[in-house]
Order: sequence, then structure tokens, then C-alpha cells
Amino acid sequence: MENLNLVLPEIFISLSIMFLLILGVFKKNSSKITFNLSLFTILITAIITINETFSVSRETLFNESVVIDSMSSLMKIITLIGGFLVLVISSSYLKTFKIYNIEYPVLILSSILGMMVMISSNDLIVFYMGLELQSLALYVLATYNRDQLKSSEAGLKYFVLSALSSGLLLYGCSLVYGFSGSTNFDIISNQLNSNEYVLTFGIVFILVGLAFKISAVPFHMWAPDVYEGSPTTVTLFFTMVPKIAALTVFIRFLYVPFLNLIDQWQMIIIFLSIASMVFGAVAAIGQTNIKRLIAYSSIGHIGYTLAGLATASNEGIQSSIIYISIYVVMNLALFSCLLMLRRKDQYYENIEDLSGLSKNHPLLSLCLLVILFSLAGIPPLAGFFAKFYVFKAVLEQSMFFLAIVGLLSTVVAAFYYLRIIKIIYFDKEKDKYDTDHSLWLKFSLTVSTILILLYFIFPSQLIEVVSRINII
Amino acid sequence: MNFPILSSLILLPTVGALFLFFTKDKDGNNLTAKYVALFTTVVNFLISVYLWISFDQSTSTFQFVEDRTWIEGFINYKVGVDGISILFIILTTFITPLCIISVNNSVKNRLRDFLIAILIMESFMIGVFCALDLVVFYLFFEAGLIPMFLIIGIWGGPKRVYSAFKFFLYTLLGSVLMLVAIISIYWIAGTTDVIQLYELGIDAKYQNLLWLAFFSSFAVKTPMWPVHTWLPDAHVEAPTAGSVLLAAILLKMAGYGFIRFSLGLFPVASEVFTPLIYTLSVIAIIFTSLIALMQEDMKKLIAYSSVAHMGFVTLGIFTLQQQGIEGSIIQMISHGLVSAALFLCVGVVYDRMHSRMINSYGGIVAIIPKYSILFMLFTLAALGLPGTSGFIGEFLILMGAFKDNFLVAVIASLGVILGAAYMLWLYKRVVFGKLVNEDLKKMFDLNRSEYFILSCLAVPTLFFGFYPDPLINTVEVSVTDLINMHNTNIASK
Repeated sequence: MENLNLVLPEIFISLSIMFLLILGVFKKNSSKITFNLSLFTILITAIITINETFSVSRETLFNESVVIDSMSSLMKIITLIGGFLVLVISSSYLKTFKIYNIEYPVLILSSILGMMVMISSNDLIVFYMGLELQSLALYVLATYNRDQLKSSEAGLKYFVLSALSSGLLLYGCSLVYGFSGSTNFDIISNQLNSNEYVLTFGIVFILVGLAFKISAVPFHMWAPDVYEGSPTTVTLFFTMVPKIAALTVFIRFLYVPFLNLIDQWQMIIIFLSIASMVFGAVAAIGQTNIKRLIAYSSIGHIGYTLAGLATASNEGIQSSIIYISIYVVMNLALFSCLLMLRRKDQYYENIEDLSGLSKNHPLLSLCLLVILFSLAGIPPLAGFFAKFYVFKAVLEQSMFFLAIVGLLSTVVAAFYYLRIIKIIYFDKEKDKYDTDHSLWLKFSLTVSTILILLYFIFPSQLIEVVSRINII
Repeated sequence: MNFPILSSLILLPTVGALFLFFTKDKDGNNLTAKYVALFTTVVNFLISVYLWISFDQSTSTFQFVEDRTWIEGFINYKVGVDGISILFIILTTFITPLCIISVNNSVKNRLRDFLIAILIMESFMIGVFCALDLVVFYLFFEAGLIPMFLIIGIWGGPKRVYSAFKFFLYTLLGSVLMLVAIISIYWIAGTTDVIQLYELGIDAKYQNLLWLAFFSSFAVKTPMWPVHTWLPDAHVEAPTAGSVLLAAILLKMAGYGFIRFSLGLFPVASEVFTPLIYTLSVIAIIFTSLIALMQEDMKKLIAYSSVAHMGFVTLGIFTLQQQGIEGSIIQMISHGLVSAALFLCVGVVYDRMHSRMINSYGGIVAIIPKYSILFMLFTLAALGLPGTSGFIGEFLILMGAFKDNFLVAVIASLGVILGAAYMLWLYKRVVFGKLVNEDLKKMFDLNRSEYFILSCLAVPTLFFGFYPDPLINTVEVSVTDLINMHNTNIASK
């Protein structure tokens, strides 16, 4: 008998999804209760995950197709926390647009379930199942504000392009299966050798598919449009949670089945990393919409995470995970600010709308100041440490070119972050925004800003947690 | 280890800033905020004076060292002072309260935020001079950009946005290469602890590249020709207190960095690149002096003179002679006092007339005599008249330079003449001459706070001009040991 305790979080969350759907169908006006119950579900799932799996160093289940190790449990917890916070700060935004329905929490829960399956996958089929489960939920979420043209357009674009990339991914998987004779990662790892040219195609297809999911350049084209068009809370979800799962899968693919083919993929990852860092920095400069700008900035940040992956060392993987964790916090803080730009039931999304914010809303602008400097990677804020760990790992492998290009692109990126700060602090003020925000929104902004600001006092804790992850 | 005196020096201004943050922000003359800020910085100054008194001048080992684990197995939070850094700490804690007094006249809106920025800035600046770990140093070095960017951008002049961006991006661009070098040092030597690195030494084959990476950062910050162009812009647009901090302390970070890190960590590379530094320094001295001669704007003129003076400093440091390095340190301290005073002097007339153009003044000696006298004192100190601290610095630097390279010393000496030319000409055009502008007659002489600030700066300028021993005694042993260490390193290679 398998030790089902280890997959208890997944089992619990799927049962809850079914229950919530039934509840939503049979009970009228149940949006509020569904919301609260799904928050509760995520919380309990997180507790189960911590209890059951956090101390497990490595176990496999179901014919070794699911793996529970320190990386999977940590990433699941980050995913769950991210999902929880997104859900909790969504409600007032959704109410404004009159889309406060039961589907929203259910869709978020199902995409989280998909991600958890992805994170734990140790088999091509399990992986693909998780991926599709999360993607399908995300397509619907993107179009969630269906009365708006932009939202529908975003969902459609995302669907078409994502389906294409899934196709490539699947084709790559089939090639890999053809050469190794198995869908299990561990077996593939032992079977593959680098002499087969066609196999390289398989790897490239898989990497392309994954790069699409994390929107690394040159497979980033969907990101700005989808981010801009989707409802803001969904955009927040897009920038945080799926990236965590996709990154985990990325790590898993590179370092388990393809570990012996490192010569084949290392150059690809370095290219993706450099292209994302540079393009993310340069393309963000001309943006006028904050959500588009965040899209480009997230492309840049993914570049830095990939730089950590390119090192082929445990330090590199750990630094990438640290980077993405800190990035999630910064993103949450930034979006909390964005959700506060509301005046008479209208949300403002242009950079110009921030003009002179510091006069009317000194605290909000102070938070933005901290967040933006942190995103730019200026010490002593958390964003600096994220970059610092990555470049420490990169330089350990003597990859000077990657490090120097990366750091120079931080200077370019600093320019557009500074531009926003300039608009907030140096420009003329506009009308006041509403200040009656929900408690959760204020809470998430305060906590995340304090985390960013004071991370430098206790930097060791995060490292300690992450240092348990030893893939290689 | 007893009381963590250095950490409290670093933290105290931040605590003061936090305190201010929770006070109510009132428009107009916010006295509470000012008193809190002033109190914090004065206490900080007193602590630093106590630090100087209890400092043991007979040894070059680092004193008051605090060593705490910060990132497990990687970085320690390590601070300490030796004869070189203690002077800069005192300079910082001395200048900051004066800046805070000076905001009376120049900063009108959002005074509380301004004071918070200055206090946080002070924390970072003291941190830079105490840090004994490369990463900690980098942290403080970079963090200083944030408050300065805001000071220039929010309270600056009409072109403030451009200047603030230029300042920030120039400095950041220089610094990121230093970060690469710091991390590389960690992988080469296994530590970023400066004291351990002094003992271990860094393999000579890496030194040149690492030196260049540090140089890229310090050269921008110094600023050396040809990357000095951010400085005039930043100075001109910054509010008076910002210019003072920038000139008096921020520029010294780079000079200090050259002595502590470039010389100390990379002795071989320092030998190799001495000609480069000489060339750039001499160009800076001559070329920017000539530019300064042609300026119409007083603040710009003083900004260019800062570049020239910092040219002397870099020249002195890389003579690698006892006199040269001591001279550089004294020149930096003296320039800290004198340039601060000069910017304040410009600020005084600017607050009254709202013009920094030289040609809108002239003949004010009869109207504001007290001001004219103090202004003259600082003009003379800036051009290095014997009896002022400026003379001691320049004299020692040139002495060191003559020992090392005759030609460079001769050319640099020409710079002294040019310095006299532009400073005296500035003084003549502003203070003497015929009174053309009728508005000038309405000017009133120094008020109490201005008088107090300028006198505070005048006293040490004159005192150290006549009696530089306290400064020289403090740095002497540290500099001697630095040079000995350098020479043994060179000899062993």
C-alpha cells in the first residue's frame, strides 16, 4: 500500500473543489461562502503539506511517478501562500466589476491543484496532466471579466499560444520517450546519452514549451497582452503562482532527466536568461500601462532566475528559488499598491495616474518607493539579496559574461523603476484616491513591504530553508 | 568587546529618522522635527568625539571591532575603525548637524521628509567608513544612493529630475562591476572580510581585473575625469544641504575606498595602474580647473573645483609615499570642511537673491561685510593658502608626488596656480567691484544660524591649518603600516 499521507494535500484540495462546485450549484448567492471556504481549504492544505511532507527528504509514490522531496514541499507551500493571498485580496476588486462569483475561487483552487501535481511530478504523463489542469483553469481566469473586450482577447490569446506551446512540449516528450523507452524521469535520466541528434530536438521542444510557460524571451510575446487584459487580481496570480510551479518543473527537467545532457541545454538556458534580462529591461522603458510594465519587468526577473539555473549547481538552484520567493513577495506588494489606486469604483492602471501620489498618500508612496527600489535591486532591500545570491552562484562557476550582462541590465532596469518613483515623488499631484481599502489588502501590503524592508536583518532563515534542497 | 559603539553610531540617526517618521508633519517651520534631528546628530557627533578620544593612536590594528554572524557561513557583519577611517566618521558626524541647521533657510516644503532623508543618509555614510567586510561596505555604499536621489529629486532646482537620474545611474553603473569583483573575491579568497584579506592577499593574476572593477566604481564616485560629468549637474540642482553632503562626504567615500581597498587589497595592480591614475588626476587638475575658470554659475564653479581637488587626492594616494597618502587624507578632510562652507556661502546669497549667477552679484562687500570676510577665508582655504588646512593637504601631496614622479608633480603644481586663479576671480566678481544690481542693497548680513554654521567650519579650517598634528598623529601609524604592507607584498611577488 502506498503511503497516501504524502499526497493528502492534493487529495484534500480535489475533494474540496468538488464539494465547492456542488455547493455553488445548489445554494443560491453562495459566492461569499465559497470564497471563505476556499480560503479555508488552502489554509488546511498548507497545514497538511507542512505536517505531512515537510520533513520528508525524498519519497516516491505510484510507481515512482510522483516525488515528494524538500523542493516539492517548499514550492507547494509557496504556491499555496501565493494563492491564498491572491484570493484574499481579490474580493473587493471582483465586487467592483460585479464578477464576484463562485467560479473564481474554484478556478484558482483547480489551477493550484494542477500546479501541485506539476511540482510533484516525476513522470512525463503526470507532469503533462498537471500542466494542462492548471493551464485550462488559467485560460478561463484570464477571460474572467468577460464583458470586457480586453479580457476576452487576453484569454483567447493566452489559450491559442499556450496550446501551441503545450503541443511543442508534448512533441518533445514523445521524442524523449521514444529514445529512452520510459516516461519516468529517473529512468530517462539513466537511459539518455548525448549522442543522438534527434534527442536534442526533444530537449529543445520541451525547453521551448517550458520557457513559454514562464514567459522567457523569445517566448514572451503573450505576456504583456495577457497581463494587461486580464483582471488585475488574475494578473497578480499569473505573475506569481504559475511561475513558481513552472520554475520547479524547469528545475526538475533540467536536473533529473536531462542531467547528463548538460552540454546540450546549458547554452540554451544561458541564452534564454540573457535575452530575458536584457529584453525585459529595455522593453519596459517605453511602457505607459503599469500592468504591461510589470509584464516586462517579470520577464526580466525570470531572466535572473534562469541565470541561477544555468549554473548547474545546487547553489544555483537554491539561489533561483530564493529569487523567486523574494520576487513573489515584491510582486504581491506591488499589486497591492496597484489595487489601491481606486477612485469611485474605477481602478487606475496608467503610470501617469501615479503622478504626485506622495503628496496625498505619503504612506502608500513610501511603500511603493521601497518596493520599486527593491525590484531594481538596490541594497539593503530584499531585491538586492535575491540578485546577490544568484550572481554569487553564477560567479562560482566563473560565468563572468552572464554576470556582467545581468548586472548591467539591472542598471537599465533601474531606469524605468526610477521613472515611476520620479512620477510618484517629483511630479504634480492629482486627485486623491479612495482610502477605504479592505483590511486584507492593507495587511498584505504592510506585511510584504516590511518583509522587503527588513529582510536584511534576518537573511539566514530563508537560506536555511532553501539549503535543504539538493537536487544534484 | 564592550559597548557596540560603532553600531550605535550607525543606528542612531536611523532611530532618529524613525522617530521623526512618527511625528506629525506640519507645513512651514516644523520645529519639533528639526530639534529631534538636530539632537540626534549632535549626540552622534559627541559619541564620535568620544570615539576619537578613546582611540589608540599608537597602533594600526582595527579598534572597536564588532563581528557578528550575518549570513551563516558567508558574510559577517564586521565593523571597526583605524586611523584612516576615524577621521571620516568624525567629518560625517560633524557636517550633518550643520546641514540640519542650514535647512532653516533653504528647504521650504516637506521639511520632515527632508530631515529623514538626511538622517538615513548619515547612517549609510558612517556605515561605509566603518565597514570591514566588502559586502557590508557595498551595501552601505549603494544604499546611500536612495536618499541622495530623493534629496536631489524632490527638493532640487529646475533640472532636478535629469540630475537625479544622472547621479543615480552613473553611480549604479560604476558600482555593479564592483559587485562582480566582490563576489569574485569571495570565490578566489574564500572570504570577504577585509582584515583576513589583508593577511591572505589576493593572487596577483586576478588583481588587475579586480582593481579595474573597483576603480570603475570609485572613479565615478570620486569623480575622476572623464566620468565627472554627473557631479556639476547634481551639485547645481541639489538643495544646499544636499550639495554640502555630496561634496563634503559622498565624494570622500571613493577616496577612502581607494586607500582601504584598491591599495590594501590589490598592491600589485596598484603599482601597475599608477600611471593611469596619474594621467587622469593630472588631467582632472588642469582641465577641470580651466573649466572652472569659465563658469558663470557659482555652484558649478565650486563643483568643478571639487573635481580638481579630488584630482589631487587621487594623485596623492597613488604616490604610495607616506606624505602623499597622509596629504590626501588631510586634503579630503579639509575639502570636506571647505567645500561644505563654500556651498553654504553660495546658499546664503542664493536664499536672498535666488540667483547663482556670478554676474548678478558684485560689490556686496559693503552691504554684507561679515559674509564677505568668512567667504574670503574659505576662498583662501580652497586655494591652499598657508595657514589653512587646504595648504597642508596640497603641500604634502605635492611633496609625495615630487618624490615619486617629478613631471607629474610639476604639472600638478600648475593646478595650484589655476586654483588660485579661479577662486580669487570668483571672489573678486562676487564680492568686490562696482555695485550694479540695485536689488543687492536689500540683502541682509548673516543671520545667527548662518553665522554659527560658517564659524563652526572656519575654526577647524584654521586650526588644522596652523596645527595639523592631531590629524597627522591619528593617521600616521595606519598609513605607515599600509605602506609597509604594500611594500612587502610587492617585494614578495
